[in-house]
Amino acid sequence: MVTLSDLKKISDVEWEIPSTYRSDMRVPVAIFATRELLEAIAGDKSLDQAVNATTLPGLVGRVVVMPDMHQGYGFPIGGVAATQYPDGVISPGAIGYDINCGVRLLASQIELDKVSAKLDDLAISLNKHCPSGVGVGGHYRLNERELDQVMREGAQWALKKGFASESDLGRTEEFGRIPGADPARVSQRAKQRGSNQIGTLGAGNHFIEVEVVDKVFDQEAADVMGLREGCLTLMIHCGSRGFGHQICTDYVRDFQSTIQRYKIELPDRELVCAPMDSAEGKAYLGAMNAAANFAFANRQLLAYHARQAFEESLAGRVKNWRLHQVYDIAHNMGKVENHTVDGKTVKVCVHRKGATRAFGPGTPGLASEFQKTGQPVLVPGSMGTASWVLVGTEGSMARSFGSTCHGAGRTMSRSKAKKTVRGSELRAELEARGIHVQAGSLPGLAEEAPQAYKDVDEVVETVSRAGIARKVARLRPVAVVKG
Amino acid sequence: MSENAGYAEREHTADWSLHVWAPDLAGLLEQAAKGMADLSGITAKEGGRVKRSIKVESTDAEGLLVNFLTELLHFVDQEGLVFDTFHLTVSETVLQASMQGSPVAERKKEIKAVTYHNLKVEKKSKGLEAEIVFDV
Repeated sequence: MVTLSDLKKISDVEWEIPSTYRSDMRVPVAIFATRELLEAIAGDKSLDQAVNATTLPGLVGRVVVMPDMHQGYGFPIGGVAATQYPDGVISPGAIGYDINCGVRLLASQIELDKVSAKLDDLAISLNKHCPSGVGVGGHYRLNERELDQVMREGAQWALKKGFASESDLGRTEEFGRIPGADPARVSQRAKQRGSNQIGTLGAGNHFIEVEVVDKVFDQEAADVMGLREGCLTLMIHCGSRGFGHQICTDYVRDFQSTIQRYKIELPDRELVCAPMDSAEGKAYLGAMNAAANFAFANRQLLAYHARQAFEESLAGRVKNWRLHQVYDIAHNMGKVENHTVDGKTVKVCVHRKGATRAFGPGTPGLASEFQKTGQPVLVPGSMGTASWVLVGTEGSMARSFGSTCHGAGRTMSRSKAKKTVRGSELRAELEARGIHVQAGSLPGLAEEAPQAYKDVDEVVETVSRAGIARKVARLRPVAVVKG
Repeated sequence: MSENAGYAEREHTADWSLHVWAPDLAGLLEQAAKGMADLSGITAKEGGRVKRSIKVESTDAEGLLVNFLTELLHFVDQEGLVFDTFHLTVSETVLQASMQGSPVAERKKEIKAVTYHNLKVEKKSKGLEAEIVFDV
């Protein structure tokens, strides 16, 4: 097991596991963390999982891990790995089952102190309009043709259906549609699971939160994003639901034999992969992109329903109840991008599992309005704690393949959290702090207790000090909806 | 649960880990199925018993375990069925399963997937043992 004595200190917020640590490592591991966060990280097997990740064929540069890193399965959560395109590999397990799990932030001009008395109604209305919970289906059942359209068009399908605006799409990663989705590479079973789950939140750590802009750190960027201190925002955290889970399951199963065909040796079968230029690799890329588009459409539908809830609760009570999109960003994805490695521009597939794309100012592909500020990065905190809006930097482009952290990062198992915290007490404590809670399950609420996570402020401080993101605004929750 | 076969949850930071043991592979698969339903907090409706038979194939015991549990997740998700009685016949690479169960009354937690993470079906002190990590 990797211990702190195996690490080389680069700075107060950057460490390295040299590629000499284990003979099968192809590249080193870079860890962005303070000494304190590193000690929390070393408490589980996440550093060993990062070392395992360095064995993937075709890696370039280094495997990068973020301060919110924690143990996952195969590839650690909070990890970034770039493989050379097209002859390097793509690994479904290094992207995760919830393909394009991500975060959407909407903002408003609604001042908190004008609607404090209405927050309970708003939380109830959000819970009513946005389907959530284990096994709960949505308002829509897509037929095969419609599901194919969702897979190919993502949030742009939602625009055609009247669930989105041009402005929403302009402020979504990849404008809400990743090209190259191939519905023919998606199993019937995945399609079956996806058909009635579009527009649903799910359960686990997914949530909808009403938050207030607590403090602005970068006024210029906040102005571009339409974030005003003291005003309400709405954050949605979810992904591709059972549709994406099934696609990952299918390809992790199929790639068990693929690695033998390509004579790829790996320390963990969950890391199975295929060369991107192989038929198997291309098939996964086509299916993964279909799941990514499903997730963009899913969050778009949830945003549509959240807007209905705002209208129902606040129209006529405040002057302008409308929500505009700040950004929508994935944190479980594989993306083909250009990056500079050793002074040369290389095309790579950046695997981000529990890590957020954080393109710096001037990066091609960013919407023109974010060319000067850098791409917005949305970092949800644990329940009841702050969330953050950051932007990508030149530093993130140079040192972490245009990536940064994605959240607080767990430190306590779900079972331990349930033993330590009672859901009913947690709800009472949150409500005493003025946070309105709508939860489908009290034990589920306890599993997501803030005590089970690292301090998101410390995580954000670390990426800020490391220069791989810049703070724009801190958000404070005032209402939480959980499945 | 007999003494020489069973399951127990193990600590995992973010997901769920289940330790299962049994004298043979058929027993191990059965314990894993029961343990997974238990972890999900599934309760069954009374009456309305159903029977289902499935065939699962893979190249090894670990693959059979993952594929079998994945099939059971599918039954929960798509048909709302949970099984409590298993008749399992296992050859090296093929599992024939005849199962009896009931409609799901309640499911508290959603398991997204069964992973291969560090999965090994090994002969140990309790017979065959394995530790399965679920993505939740």
